[in-house]
Parts: sequence; C-alpha cells; structure tokens
Amino acid sequence: MPRDEAGTASSPQSGTVALASSKTRLAGYWLTAPTYFWLGITVLLPLAIMLYFSFLSKMPYGKVEATLTLANYATYFEKDFYHFLTWRSIMLGFHVTAACVVIGYPAALLLARTVRGRWREAILLLIVLPFWSNALIRIFAWTMVLRSNGIVDQAIHAVLPGAPSIGILYTYPAIVVGLVHSFVPYMILTCYISLQAIDSSLIEAGRVLGASNLTIFRRIILPLSLPGLFVGVVLIFVPVVGAFMEPRILGGRQSIMLGTVIEDQFTEVFNWPLGAALSFILLTIVILIFAATYPLLRHRLRLT
Amino acid sequence: MTERTPRKRGFHRLLAGISVLGITAALGASASLADEVRVLNWKGWGTDEPWAVEAFEKETGTKVVHDYITSFPEVFTKLRTNPGYYDVVVLNAAFIGQAAQEGLIQPIDTSKIPNFAELYPDMRDAPQLSFDGKVWGVAWVWGGTSVSYNTEVFSDPPTSLEVLWDPKYADRVCWRDDPEDSVRFAALALGQNPDDPEDMDAIAEKLKALKPQIKAFWKSGDEWLKLVAANECDLSTIWTNNTEAAAVKDGLPVSFIVAEEGAIAFRDGMSIAADPPNEAGANAFINYMISKDFYAGWVDIGGAPVSANEKAIGDLPESSLTREILTQPDALKRLNFKGPLTDEQRQTYLDLWQETKAYFAQ
Repeated sequence: MPRDEAGTASSPQSGTVALASSKTRLAGYWLTAPTYFWLGITVLLPLAIMLYFSFLSKMPYGKVEATLTLANYATYFEKDFYHFLTWRSIMLGFHVTAACVVIGYPAALLLARTVRGRWREAILLLIVLPFWSNALIRIFAWTMVLRSNGIVDQAIHAVLPGAPSIGILYTYPAIVVGLVHSFVPYMILTCYISLQAIDSSLIEAGRVLGASNLTIFRRIILPLSLPGLFVGVVLIFVPVVGAFMEPRILGGRQSIMLGTVIEDQFTEVFNWPLGAALSFILLTIVILIFAATYPLLRHRLRLT
Repeated sequence: MTERTPRKRGFHRLLAGISVLGITAALGASASLADEVRVLNWKGWGTDEPWAVEAFEKETGTKVVHDYITSFPEVFTKLRTNPGYYDVVVLNAAFIGQAAQEGLIQPIDTSKIPNFAELYPDMRDAPQLSFDGKVWGVAWVWGGTSVSYNTEVFSDPPTSLEVLWDPKYADRVCWRDDPEDSVRFAALALGQNPDDPEDMDAIAEKLKALKPQIKAFWKSGDEWLKLVAANECDLSTIWTNNTEAAAVKDGLPVSFIVAEEGAIAFRDGMSIAADPPNEAGANAFINYMISKDFYAGWVDIGGAPVSANEKAIGDLPESSLTREILTQPDALKRLNFKGPLTDEQRQTYLDLWQETKAYFAQ
C-alpha cells in the first residue's frame, strides 16, 4: 500500500524519478520473490497434493490402484454426524473468537493509548511470552488448573472451605478457555498495531470539537482500528474451527470436533482421501463465511 | 503390538530408522554379514533395550542392528521392498498368516532355539503362529486390554464388564479412545464374537449407553496415568502392563480384572524374514529374546508385557499382578486374542466410534 502511494505521488514528476521508482518496485519484487517462492512450496504445493488426494478412492499404497472419485465428498453429505460436528466446530470458532475480541481489544486499547514507554514493551513481552512454550505443554498445564481439586479449586477451598468445586476440566467451557488462552495474543497484537497507528491529533481534534469519550471511541478509534480487529478475527477463527489437539485433551466426553474426526482419518485408518475431503469441505465453509461478511466489511475496511 | 500411538513417536522413529539405515549401509561395506543380525520392530519395544543388546553381543559376538516401523502396514512395505535384508521381524500374531502367505517370512527350525521348550504350550502352538505343520512365529510376549479399577473404591474387585455401564460409576470411567477396542469391548459385553461382530447395531447402542459413564478419553498410556493420578476415574479400559506399572512404580491404588465376559489380548511373535542374511544369528537372537533372563531384565526396568515363557512368569515376584491375575489358568481361557482386521472393518469401526462420540457430545 505505501509503495503504491509513493508511486502515484511521484509519477507526475520528472522522468528520472519515475524510472527510479520503477527500479525500486522491481527490486521490491526481487526481494520478496524468495518469500513467495517459499510460500508457494510450503503452502500451495501441500494443499494441491491434498486436493488431489481428496478425489482418490484410496491411498495409493503398495500395489493398491486408486481411481478418481467424488465418493469422499459424498460421504460427508450422507452422514448426519458430520453436519452436527461441522456446526459444533463453527460454534467453537465463534465462541473463542468472541471471547478473544472481548478480552483482547480492550487490552490492546489500553496498551496502545494509555501505557507508555518501558511498561508498554514489558507488557507486550509478557503477552507474547506464552508463545515461547510448546502449545501442547500449555494445554496440559490447563488440565492441572481446571480440574476439580486442581490449582484453582485448592486456592478457593483454602479461603472458603465449604465452597463447591468449580473444576470445569472435560467440559466444553474448558476447551474454550484453553483455546482463548492460546489465541488471544494474536488479537491483542493485531489490534495494538492498528490502534497505536491512529494519529493522536485526530482524537484531540474530536475532543476540541466537544466529542465525549464514547463518541471519540465510536467515531474515530473503532473505525480506524477495524482492519486490525478483522485480521485478528481471521487469524483466530480459521485455526480454531479446525482445532483438534485442545478439544481432545481438555474436552473429555465433549472432545469430538470436525478437527478430531479429520485427524483420526489420517492417524487411525490411513484414509487420507477422506481426511483431505473433510478438510476441504471445512475450508470451503470457512471461506463462505468470510465471503458472506465481506460486503459488510468492505466499506468499513476501505478494502476496495 | 497394536497398542502404540505411532503419530507422536513417528518422527523419532523415522529419524532413528534413517540413521540406522545409514549406519547399516556403512557397516555393510566393511563388516561381513555373519557378524550382525538385523531386526525389524517398533522402537522401544524390548529388542532394542541397550542392556539387552549389549548382553547378546557379549554372549554371541553378533552385532544387533535395528530398523523401526511406525505402523503395521509398514512391516509389509519394508519386507516387500527389502527382500533378503532383514533377519528377525517382530509381528503381531494376527499378521503372521498374511506374511507367510506372501512369502515374506520363512518357517523356523525350532530345534535351533533351545528356549522354545520353555514356552507355554498354548502360546507356542497357537494356530496363528504355527500352521501347515510348520512354525512361522515364535511366541514372544503378549498383553491384555482389560478393566482396571480403583482399589479404594472397590473393596471387592468387580467381576463383570457390566460394571462399566453401572450408574453407580456415572462420570467415573476413563475410556481408551480407540475404535477397535471400543467395538471389541462392546462385543464382549454383549456376548458377540469380538473378531467379527454379527450385530453392529446392538454394538452401537451399547456404546451409546456409555454416555453418562464416561469422564474422559485417553490415547497414550501417559495420558491415562495422569487421569488416574488426579483421581478422575474409578474404572478404565487400559492395558494390563500399564495398570501394573501404575500400581508398582507410582504407588497408585489400581488393579485390574479379567472380566467373566473376557478381556482383549494381543500377542507378538518373532519371525525370520525369507532368505535371511544370517539365519544362525536370527535363531540365536530369538532364543535370547524368549529367555527368562531377558524378560527379568525387561520387568526390572518396567513397562514389560507378559512373556510367553512359562519359566519367566514363574520367576516373577509373588505380588506381581501379571502373575496373580492375568496368567491364572481360568483367566487365560477368557482372553480373546485379537484377530486380523480388514481395512474395511477398521473404517467401519472408526465411523461407528466417531458417530458414538458425536452422540456423547450432544
């Protein structure tokens, strides 16, 4: 975006400047080429292979002859429990994303607009600190915190001996707690970047013109920070809908999601074609959800 | 042995496998083949214990070289693609018939294996290992998947699988998250043939009836141990050797039963690959692996399954749960050794199990 602006700004000027700017642009392409090449190999190629697998009748393994078929996709529509699990996974995505917005956005706002200097750096560091440990370890740590007679329970009982147990391990809320903890830093960081880029003079101008804090937030801060919020929502919603590790460890009887079902196809029965087909159905549904919200957001985000 | 989570260890096995292959290739050029015996097995499943390898090398002067598998289909792939490379192959007994049929393994001359005489006759002559008048696999170890219970909750051990469905223990059952075992347990409880259940609808209903009972699912032995240590369950479906390790090593109040309806069991045999480079070494290695000395060593370090060697079991301490419960003659009669499953059966079981778990989550 900034590059384009620079380009259009310099075009009316002399020819040498225009040449220089096109050279810069070329250099930019060359410098980013390795990244796109890398993304192409690590993201697009595996996806393409998986897409191919999803149309195979069985894994081409040893002497097995595989044929092209739509049967794997048909399986999804034949079995009701796949639909129920899709709904479950999407609801999980909504719940976790909503909780991340509620927790992450105010935290980012405070950090960007109120906290200053070294404290800000220190707090940002604390927010990304959990990322330095393995996700599996974090989830196992939650099992100790959330279980009845776990760390939280013991603390409460130390103060209030007769209090009922609040252990929620092996329930749906436990899955939400674990996932929110894993993903809330994305929301804080993306919102923070948007929020701290807002020009303070805009807010001062609003105040001078007599706007209340609420109006300033509603008319200036929120609209200008929407891109960060939106990126945070995408970054969280997409992986949570496909989550399998957290539900499996924290969910107990509630552990099954479309993600765990896909995992089982790969690990339990080596049915990669069905696992791949289910993955692409989920991917399509997620894309459709974002496509449906796109017209609403296009204007706000100035994406046009 | 079917009881692994290959996914987690897969990468390490792969790395180990690659490095072993590399080392083998390097050695193959310099050392003569008679000096080594090549073993194909799961990583960490007995044969590659460093003390055991050392003891065998000291005794026979033969080096042991391992290659590892991460899943059952891989045994077949490796044997098919590397004919004449391996000497000893550890195979779940259910697969030995198929391997023999494909010409991947050869009959064993048991007169070259002195310890063969010490095996339990039932194990030694099991039809999965010994057929067409020849021995295709030497019974090595076996183990059970059974019901374990909290000894502080049950003053008398339960006797029937129905205890898993008893409302008294609602929300207190930890269940192995495994399609095959789930179907097999339900089949046993309903008196159906666990290898080929005749009424899958009844099995689906029986499994759905577990809904109020189940507290949590586990996949690895370590996950189960954490559940028991946190007192999350009174009853679990779990491998017998894990229960024993939890009771002995971790001092947890658990024991297991072989229910009157039966328990699930697996057994591993040791086979000799077709045209082995070192047949004498293979015989010597199998002889050592089924010896009571090797088994005593494995019991010492913990996590050992049950030896097929009668003398080895006789040497277990009196307090051993394996000795007291699992290897009692009437318990042995109630074990259902897993037969082979077709890919179609596996897929059917998985679909049924996922549908059941979706019902649990409703």
